[in-house]
Amino acid sequence: MVATDVKLAVRDLDIQYGGQRALSGVSLDVHEHEIFGIIGPAGSGKTSFLRTLNRMEMLHENMTVNGSIVFDGHDISEIQNVYALRRHIGVVFPLPVGLPLSIYDNVALAPRLSGIKEKSDLDEIVEQCLMRAALWDEVKDRLDALGSLLSGGQQQRLTIARALSQDPELLLLDEFSIAVDPVTTMRIEDVLKELKEEITIILVTNLVQQARRLADRTAFFLDGQLIEVGETEALFRGEAKDHRTLDYLEGRFG
Amino acid sequence: MTYSEGDGGVSGQSLMFAATPLNMRNHRLQWLFRALFGLMTLILVVPVGIIFGVLLVRGGPAISFEFLFSYPSDGMTAGGIWPALVGTMWLVAVSLIASVPVGVAAAIYLSEYAPDNWLTRGINLAIINLAGVPSIVHALFGVGAFVIFAGFGTSILAASLTLAVMTLPLVIVATRESLQAVPMAFREACWNMGATRWQTIRTVVLPNAISGILTGVILSVSRTAGETAPIMFTGAAFFFPFLPSSVFDQTMAMAMHLFVISTAVPGAPDELKYGTALTLITLVLLMNAASIWFRSYLRGKKKW
Repeated sequence: MVATDVKLAVRDLDIQYGGQRALSGVSLDVHEHEIFGIIGPAGSGKTSFLRTLNRMEMLHENMTVNGSIVFDGHDISEIQNVYALRRHIGVVFPLPVGLPLSIYDNVALAPRLSGIKEKSDLDEIVEQCLMRAALWDEVKDRLDALGSLLSGGQQQRLTIARALSQDPELLLLDEFSIAVDPVTTMRIEDVLKELKEEITIILVTNLVQQARRLADRTAFFLDGQLIEVGETEALFRGEAKDHRTLDYLEGRFG
Repeated sequence: MTYSEGDGGVSGQSLMFAATPLNMRNHRLQWLFRALFGLMTLILVVPVGIIFGVLLVRGGPAISFEFLFSYPSDGMTAGGIWPALVGTMWLVAVSLIASVPVGVAAAIYLSEYAPDNWLTRGINLAIINLAGVPSIVHALFGVGAFVIFAGFGTSILAASLTLAVMTLPLVIVATRESLQAVPMAFREACWNMGATRWQTIRTVVLPNAISGILTGVILSVSRTAGETAPIMFTGAAFFFPFLPSSVFDQTMAMAMHLFVISTAVPGAPDELKYGTALTLITLVLLMNAASIWFRSYLRGKKKW
């Protein structure tokens, strides 16, 4: 793999919560325009890993991070303007967060924060992002309604639309389909496959099959350790190097 | 068959649904506690009703346009309460201007910015303790700090600032509680978008906390209007039959006026006292009602 293809390079990453180790010695590369899956049982450090990527650890008081994370050639621990870093990285949480603003304002919030004021520009961003998140048809007639009153699945798509409105280069999805019905999940998965032409996606998921459907490569986390990274298809064909990965993929534990 | 909570719902049908002795006991207990709690509620409501009833019956006839809008006369044994009414409004307004910005800003700092360490916890503890300080102590503090040290003299300003210090904890605690009631996930969603703390507070946190903040303000208004001790030595006059023209004037105030005509003016007719009390309580209730209406209006607009 050529060096310029690496979107995110993580080396020797350690994460601790007040002395409690959540993740240790993780090194991996995420390539440009790939969907990078992360699987592993609860408590394996997947979410903590995502948090450090846009430096949210700054907002968690007892969280300490060691190691290096290089995003687009920049060591993120040296970036002074973390707000700009976070704008380049969209995040979608497991549970939908419809902010108690109108649907329009939910999606227009990030562009507004970054200084876009022109109504026509905002209209375009809102329409495009809602369209991409497969929500436009359902809400186009009531953009003034409160986003927090949509159904769970709609709110999750709204959350995705909001993450896209930042025009991110990297999209972090943390178990996005927990609160979404299977049909909607499929629609969002189709959207993600299209999106990877333009951006890089890291997908944390509890659904092993979802990783198989979407991820180009998959990492397996267990008890705060990165067990292995491999081509998703190879892993599922049973070519995992570590027997624990195999056991997990085949549902023998976790 | 409908199941009603009160009757125990144990009239036997088939054996499967027959009441066991344990069921019977639980139902009796349930009925007992319901009655007990209901009784307590009644005990709570009765005195309020009696107070308001007596005030209405005995003070009602005194209330007139004349009473509300004229000056006291004949050594405060006749006439109206106009200067006291206006004075109370001055005191409430000036003390709100002082306490609300300071209290809300402090609460925002404590809830949204301050790290969770011993200093923050100490400050929070101090605020709660401040709420427990007797009002006469606030009064003496006000005399020392505002009347003498700051040189405001006995004036609306000194009295209002004393009241503001007294009501600050109410505003701070109510604001902090309502800020913390806004789900953390909202903040994280904003931070993840690259919003600064202030952008997050402005766009998401404050609009959703505003109704709770208003509750704190309502409480402080009621206390400000009703307190006598803190203003007695700092700015409220025994008898001052003029309307104040600036915050450096002394003033009459409803609570103080009631205290004076009840204890220090021989021969003041009861009607006058009841009328004054009724006006004071109505004033407070009206302010509360207006704020509650405004609060539910805001709440209707924001939901999650």
